[in-house]
Amino acid sequence: MVEFALPRNSKVQPGRSWPKPAGKKLREFKIYRWNPDDGKNPQVDSYHVDMDNCGPMVLDAIIKIKNEQDPTLTFRRSCREGICGSCAMNIDGTNTLACLKACDEVTGAVKIYPLPHLPVVKDLVPDLTRFYAQHRSIEPWLKTTTPVPQKEWKQGHDDRALLDGLYECILCACCSTSCPSYWWNGDRYLGPAVLLQAYRWLIDSRDEATGDRLDNLEDPFRLYRCHTIMNCAKACPKGLSPAKAIAEIKKMMVERRV
Amino acid sequence: MSMRTSLGVVRGLGSAKSGTEHFWHQRLTAIANVPLTILLVWFVISHLGSPRADVLASVRNPFVAIMLALAFLSILWHMRLGMQVVIEDYVHRAGWKLLALLLNSFYTTALGIAAFYAILKMSFGI
Repeated sequence: MVEFALPRNSKVQPGRSWPKPAGKKLREFKIYRWNPDDGKNPQVDSYHVDMDNCGPMVLDAIIKIKNEQDPTLTFRRSCREGICGSCAMNIDGTNTLACLKACDEVTGAVKIYPLPHLPVVKDLVPDLTRFYAQHRSIEPWLKTTTPVPQKEWKQGHDDRALLDGLYECILCACCSTSCPSYWWNGDRYLGPAVLLQAYRWLIDSRDEATGDRLDNLEDPFRLYRCHTIMNCAKACPKGLSPAKAIAEIKKMMVERRV
Repeated sequence: MSMRTSLGVVRGLGSAKSGTEHFWHQRLTAIANVPLTILLVWFVISHLGSPRADVLASVRNPFVAIMLALAFLSILWHMRLGMQVVIEDYVHRAGWKLLALLLNSFYTTALGIAAFYAILKMSFGI
């Protein structure tokens, strides 16, 4: 739903400035904090990290803050090398993975917020329940009617190449939560990440449910809320283009009519 | 708090199994609008300050009359489709949304009929 101002209980307040650690190369991190248990509004806390004593990525810095200054700082992380998608957050105004974003790429204080326009669980942890349900709704698995072959479903090199640029998606949700259409109509629009995944199964030469998949997507909201804004392609930390995948789905929709 | 599963909520009322025609027509009218808008603007500019009789004489030319009618048809159809998308994007209260969509259809239809009536009246000199 379109919201031009935050609800009163979501307005962000100035927060606490944490004591500066010793060190010469101090860098400021301004981090969104919200605790569901204390009944307060969200606030932005300021921390300083000695970069001489810290890894280069934003994730390294926030892990260091959590370990050495403030153990209550809450965020998701796992692989710390851009393959799990857990540490997606809004850094310096762009959705990206904290583990792939170098602190040096940001000028001034590093501002860190949770992914936009999702309910916040705590601090930098957004609630992705609906996002995962949307992914489930496109049935992201191989669907066939032909009896399963004894060894494997075969796929030629050319057909396999069609999946390049799609299979790499790690479902971090950076693209979907950067999309204004997904902000306003995320309850009905599937969003770029899920549509890219949908196209990954539409274009798979082994799949036999292409028509059913297209039927499921052919909807003014599920698919056609995409207005080629292209924030998705700009945000994707893996360099993929969900916008192109969506355009290909629209082409398939037209192709089966004309 | 709703006890529905998140998948149930996301599936909602199911796919409308439409929208491609809307998408396709928006593109078709966009392409048609390019030459038609140029012709319309050219028609208006070339008659700036002309007496009424000259304008009537031009509209009596079948090519000009048909071009004007096509321009109004394509532009208004495109406008209706585009406004519909904007309303669906931004107006979320059910009553307001329905009202806005109704007014959008009524407004463009009325404007189109008025334009056709005017073109016919001028070209046949009734």
